[in-house]
Amino acid sequence: MRTLILLLLLLAPPAFALDPGEMFADPALEERARAVGRDLRCLKCRNQSIFDSNAGIAKDLRVVVRERIAAGDSDREILAYVQDRFGDYVLLKPPVAAHTYALWLTPPALVLIAGLAFAAYMRKPRRTPETLSDEDRTAARALLKETR
Amino acid sequence: MIVEFGHFALWLALAAALIQSVVPLWGTSRGHAGAMRVADTAAQVQFLATAASFGALTYAFVVSDFSLRLTALNSHSAKPMLYKITGVWANHEGSMLLWVLMLALFGVLISVFGRMIPVVMRATVLAVQGMIGIGFYAFILLTSNPFERIANAPLDGQGMNPLLQDPGVAFHPPLLYLGYVGFSTAFSFAVAALITGRVDPAWARWMRPWVLFAWSGLTAGIALGSWWAYYELGWGGFWFWDPVENASFMPWLIGTALLHSAIVVEKRNALLKWTILLAILTFSLSLIGTFLVRSGILTSVHAFATDPERGAFILLMLCVYIGAALTLFAWRAPDLEDGGVFALWSRETGLLVNNLLLAVACGVVFVGTLYPLVLELITGDKISVGAPYFNQTFLPIFGVTMLIAGIGPFLSWKRARKADVLRRAATTAGVAATLAVLLALAMGLSDPVGLLGAFVALWLAVATLQDLGRRTGFPNRAFLRRLVGLPRSAWGLYLGHLGLAIAAAGVIAVSVWRDEAIQTVTTGEATQVGPYEFTLMDIENTSGPNYQTSIAAVRVTRNGELVTLLFPERRWYPVEQKPTTEAGIRTLWHGDLYAVLGDPNGARGFVTRYYYNPGVPWMWFGAMLITLAALITLADRRLRVGAPAARRSAIAQPAE
Repeated sequence: MRTLILLLLLLAPPAFALDPGEMFADPALEERARAVGRDLRCLKCRNQSIFDSNAGIAKDLRVVVRERIAAGDSDREILAYVQDRFGDYVLLKPPVAAHTYALWLTPPALVLIAGLAFAAYMRKPRRTPETLSDEDRTAARALLKETR
Repeated sequence: MIVEFGHFALWLALAAALIQSVVPLWGTSRGHAGAMRVADTAAQVQFLATAASFGALTYAFVVSDFSLRLTALNSHSAKPMLYKITGVWANHEGSMLLWVLMLALFGVLISVFGRMIPVVMRATVLAVQGMIGIGFYAFILLTSNPFERIANAPLDGQGMNPLLQDPGVAFHPPLLYLGYVGFSTAFSFAVAALITGRVDPAWARWMRPWVLFAWSGLTAGIALGSWWAYYELGWGGFWFWDPVENASFMPWLIGTALLHSAIVVEKRNALLKWTILLAILTFSLSLIGTFLVRSGILTSVHAFATDPERGAFILLMLCVYIGAALTLFAWRAPDLEDGGVFALWSRETGLLVNNLLLAVACGVVFVGTLYPLVLELITGDKISVGAPYFNQTFLPIFGVTMLIAGIGPFLSWKRARKADVLRRAATTAGVAATLAVLLALAMGLSDPVGLLGAFVALWLAVATLQDLGRRTGFPNRAFLRRLVGLPRSAWGLYLGHLGLAIAAAGVIAVSVWRDEAIQTVTTGEATQVGPYEFTLMDIENTSGPNYQTSIAAVRVTRNGELVTLLFPERRWYPVEQKPTTEAGIRTLWHGDLYAVLGDPNGARGFVTRYYYNPGVPWMWFGAMLITLAALITLADRRLRVGAPAARRSAIAQPAE
């Protein structure tokens, strides 16, 4: 039974999880790889970064990132390198370009709209006056007298 | 036979829904009380029929009847009983049946517990519920029939995604649906208000318990799903801003706004139109969520089937329901008059501002989720909108929301003393800032974003306790007595806001202070992770009911003293041909010790991933507090209108 289980385990498709073999020995470089990798999407996953995935493509991309770091590229250059090969889809943070202006402008626009709507609502004249006018006061007094 | 009976019962439920949506409305237009009461009976029949139908499908899964297409595709005779049952909703057809079961459940609950609601309103509400039902029954029966037989039954089923064979995720869908579908009540109350023209504090009181109930379910459901991702996916990640997650988060955000604006209607008869709009939007977002998840336009663990016909059907339904409700709103809302008047510095304004911020936050999530889909449709460009986008756009807005949630309770209704509020807020700011600085010095927190986040979480916690202290007269002697005598809705406020602060603190802690170590180790080898030392003791191969597994024993020590033993697993499900990882987790009050067993590496080595995740238990605890807060508020006497008005204590409470 034990051998059968081991055999089955060996048959299991390898999960390409982050493994020590691919990691940098230097923690500073590793930290950089993680920081860059956090902005790169594992292409076949849910919205997961290449460091949050067991998929083969994620492992391949991690290796690419490490190679570029080792080759002395800057973070920006690495992202551009990967983007050139896989398109915008690989960037978890979409680039600011003509086709994403609307995406990036929506949050500030929504804040602005909400602010304007709030201002308009608060400045709208109220139907019921906040303070009693003199006539109201006399009318109220008369009513009170009546009920008494 | 039982299965055919279930199929028949579902058609019966559709018939009941039809009657429920037509006869009561005819009754209200003619003033015919008998016809109006048909709504109650129809809702009860509809529920019984749907429950019978759901029961029949469950039976097929329990006895592993593989002549049913659904069971053959999604179940297996060797599966443990729990997962045979949860397998009922771990597929498209079954989960839609659960959807309508929840819908029918809310209908019957309204008919039973809504006795204090005037019959005209109740009949209209149930009629609208019936209309929602019609669409979904038709959807199931016409495009997603769970009761379809196959001619040649296979000897055994194909099993179920092993990632879903887990106790945490087993109850994630029912809770989530409790929220999703529960918001249909808000929608029905809003539409009924527009139809009958009656919107007043009483209406808000009738509606709010249902919203609270649904919202607590949604909160728990989201937290459960996040918890599952945390321990099952083996990365310690808990939120990916995945469209499917966002689909459940959007109704939560707007539902939160709705809960709060309904308070304003209830107390001050103001923000009527806004509240109705929020009620419509909350359920609309639930429908959009259903569409996103069920149509197959997203691929994820949730998208069981990709069938354009179903997508088109749901999209059509979506347009009809949302379109009709919004049209009705545009037509009728201008006639509604806001009653309450309030000053700029008032509780109403505070709640309105928070409402707007939550709506904007939801709008940001909405655009971030749908933008890539729409862009691809229009231009063919494929882009991803992931965590970096949402962190930059959503988090600042939500941070401000939390700041205002902190001082909102300082404001009194109608007109607050500005100087008073500012003085108290200054105290909050001073205490929170001091604590944040102390935290930074003690824990070496230098990350500016983390520091800002810590300040926001502290601010909310400090402000909440500050208000609680003031209200109970802390520290004078009456403090405890007053604390016990607080109305339950006040408990809801304090626990809910405190829960949010605690959950936020947990999120910040884990993103700033997580420690990890990834390495190949052989048994007996020790690894340092932050202040802890993890040692792989032994690995044992064994088998579970329907899987083989390797279980590792990992000893964790701190300064040489044993803290705990962790047992991470690597499972292999032969039927489904899929592996899963089960993290070994030990929860301490300040964080989780987390170990994952990876692939074998080399002759005797294994890849292991060890983490110390500070703050994570706080997230779950915070979410539990928030859920509890909603349930406690639900138990408030004032929400049970018509219930005997016996006071539990003689102490007069100031209205909050």
